[in-house]
Amino acid sequence: MPVEKSFEPAIVAFCCNWCTYTGADLAGLNRMKYPENVHVIRVPCSGRVNPQFILRAFQKGCDGVMVCGCHPGDCHYSTGNYFTRRRFMIMKRLLEYNGIDPERFHARWISGSEAAKFRDTAAEVSEHVKKLGPNVKYREEFRITESAEAGT
Amino acid sequence: MSRIGVFVCHCGTNIASVVDPDKLIAAARELPGVAYAADYKYMCSEPGQQMIKDSISEHGLDRIVIASCSPRMHETTFRKMLKNTGINPYMLEIANIREQCSWVHVDKDRASEKAVNLMRMAVSKISKNEPLYAQTIPITKKALVIGGGIAGIQAALDIADAGHEVVLLERESSVGGKMAMLDKTFPTLDCSACISTPKMVDVGAHPNITLMTSCEVESVSGYIGNFEVGIKQKARYVNHDICTGCGLCETKCPVKVESEFNLGLSTRPAIYKLFPQAVPSKPIIDKENCRLLKGGKCGICAKLCPLGCVNYEDEDRTITDNFGAIVIATGYQLVDWPSMYGEYGGGRYKDILSGLQFERTVNAAGPTEGHIVRPSDGKEPETVVIVKCVGSRDPNKGKSYCSRACCMYAAKHAHQILEKLPGTRVFIFYIDVRTPGKGYEEFYDQTRMDGAVYVRGRVSKIYEEEGQLVCRGEDSLLGEQVSVKADMVILETAMEPSPGIAELTSLLGAARDVNNWVQEAHPKLRPAETQVGGVFLAGTCQGPKDIPDTVAQASAAAAKVIGLLNKSEMETSPMISAVERDKCSGCGVCVGICPYKAVTLLEIDDRHGAKRIKREVANVNSGLCQGCGACTSACRTGALDLLGFRNKQILEEVDALCL
Repeated sequence: MPVEKSFEPAIVAFCCNWCTYTGADLAGLNRMKYPENVHVIRVPCSGRVNPQFILRAFQKGCDGVMVCGCHPGDCHYSTGNYFTRRRFMIMKRLLEYNGIDPERFHARWISGSEAAKFRDTAAEVSEHVKKLGPNVKYREEFRITESAEAGT
Repeated sequence: MSRIGVFVCHCGTNIASVVDPDKLIAAARELPGVAYAADYKYMCSEPGQQMIKDSISEHGLDRIVIASCSPRMHETTFRKMLKNTGINPYMLEIANIREQCSWVHVDKDRASEKAVNLMRMAVSKISKNEPLYAQTIPITKKALVIGGGIAGIQAALDIADAGHEVVLLERESSVGGKMAMLDKTFPTLDCSACISTPKMVDVGAHPNITLMTSCEVESVSGYIGNFEVGIKQKARYVNHDICTGCGLCETKCPVKVESEFNLGLSTRPAIYKLFPQAVPSKPIIDKENCRLLKGGKCGICAKLCPLGCVNYEDEDRTITDNFGAIVIATGYQLVDWPSMYGEYGGGRYKDILSGLQFERTVNAAGPTEGHIVRPSDGKEPETVVIVKCVGSRDPNKGKSYCSRACCMYAAKHAHQILEKLPGTRVFIFYIDVRTPGKGYEEFYDQTRMDGAVYVRGRVSKIYEEEGQLVCRGEDSLLGEQVSVKADMVILETAMEPSPGIAELTSLLGAARDVNNWVQEAHPKLRPAETQVGGVFLAGTCQGPKDIPDTVAQASAAAAKVIGLLNKSEMETSPMISAVERDKCSGCGVCVGICPYKAVTLLEIDDRHGAKRIKREVANVNSGLCQGCGACTSACRTGALDLLGFRNKQILEEVDALCL
């Protein structure tokens, strides 16, 4: 599938309430600019992010997923992001196994004061995913299934 | 079918100048479940809130989406408003179209499009919202302070002065802690005992404080506001209810053992007060060393006691009490340097003292009545070497951290030697001199003026030669090897957490850092709390610090405790984990993951077909759960879910984005 020139990826960023969500708010307060395609979903802790959420995002055609939390050692809930870190190292391999480019998935630590890091990360991930092109892996399969069902 | 109301805020021009509110309203009206949509200049203002209230009654709305600033800004405002209208405050979602949209984007069309996406995500999420109810838990108006050093004393006094009951628990037979052992305090050279003993007396006499000495925490259960603590009262063998502390018993005891308080520099009897100014000023019997309790013949103290206080049959008892808040103030100990530094003689040389041993030596109430003499021959030293950072800043042999107080008390020791024994040569080996504190740098300067010689470098070896101690080291400023023949060496050794801190923190569920110090909830913003609700910390149990910092932190912890105990009951956040028992297999993965010990396995009666069975399921304690959701992602069967952030709610948000 040729990449359209006007392709704008849809990116979902799961951000923990205490660090990255605050950092994203701070980016707004400082009027920093980043691409419009990053959509933040607020979660209490990065440890709340069930791998299922990420799979669902990719399944529904999301082009990129970010999971962001407090820096290791700074978790508001003391240990949540350690689980995140381990969980998403494995997650990358699961994605690869499923045929989704693991480069579409990014786990980052952004503290409540690192507004600039949030901006840079959003821009970087957006740019990176843009290069990878649209995520059609499951969307195509959906269409095939739908048309197959329509045929019968 | 839900009736959702969507309200778009212009925030003056903050939002409306970039995002087109009309587009949002138009898009909202197309969404399933949306019964009403409107916009206003300032939603958070009084008329804005009134407009929402009116729309609720007019259109029969049951859940509200507000597209406005960050929920971190006005979520509580709008929740309060909903509560007043009679709608459950958790039937609210906020689409953050200011901080995360209008303020960070320039292109109006794209920003409006993103705002529509964010609003749609919130509408989808709220379709799965459910009313949540905060639980209130009663609060036991009594605090437990663990550790009777200056931190515990200060915290207990502050809480008690505010009118709350306090139990001050101390492992030793007297409160006072390390501060009671010190001679003078830097940089003002106040006599340590003169400023700490009045406070010790105060805690002993305060009507709101119950002093429990010779006690240890044995068990802890419950949660914030409602802790049940099992306290072991160790046998004292002396009835403190009738003892007047006359001290007659101590005079005739035939046993002589090394005094803990004087760090082995003197002896004490087996029936003893920790030190003369002890609070309570009553003796206990050391059962390890008492001749009679070891099975021998004696009983002299019982015969001597005019009131018959001595009871050799005394036993350890467990007392259970309830507390609303707990303060950890267990303090520090000095590292066991002989086991770490073989090159300093490993404890073979009598004239090498630790900093604390020197404090006892120079203390007027100490074993030498304040005369600075060599323990080996009782002679005054002519040359003294002070070695700093013994065990501190030494990742190879000791601790990687700086013990913070040593630079200053090394200067104080030098000053005291030069003051009491004018003409003595004092050499201080150091890595850096750190004096961050009020009046500290000036004190250090004064010590150098007094004649102390600072040598930058570590001491590599200390050995005995002709009755003197040869300290070999490097002067790294000269780049030369130096060697000093000293009559006395003082090692300013590192602080480490008190023994038993691992057991205590695991009973309380509090975390420790890599160096075993108790972990604060946030290193900058919550320095006097642990991450366990209702458990606070004060003093050096959190990390090395000097007396002013310890006292400040103790008062901070006390303020937190008072704030908690002033409430009669507290609301817990309803956004916590919930278990669907039918789905739970009782695997227990969540139990280990929970950082708050909020999840436990509970045995329930169930049916398997027609058969009655018992099985284990996860159970969440609403007082302990903080709502992080770590257990929900780890749950294999999906039995655990986080209220307010349910799987289906988040998945709705994801789906809404990927249309």
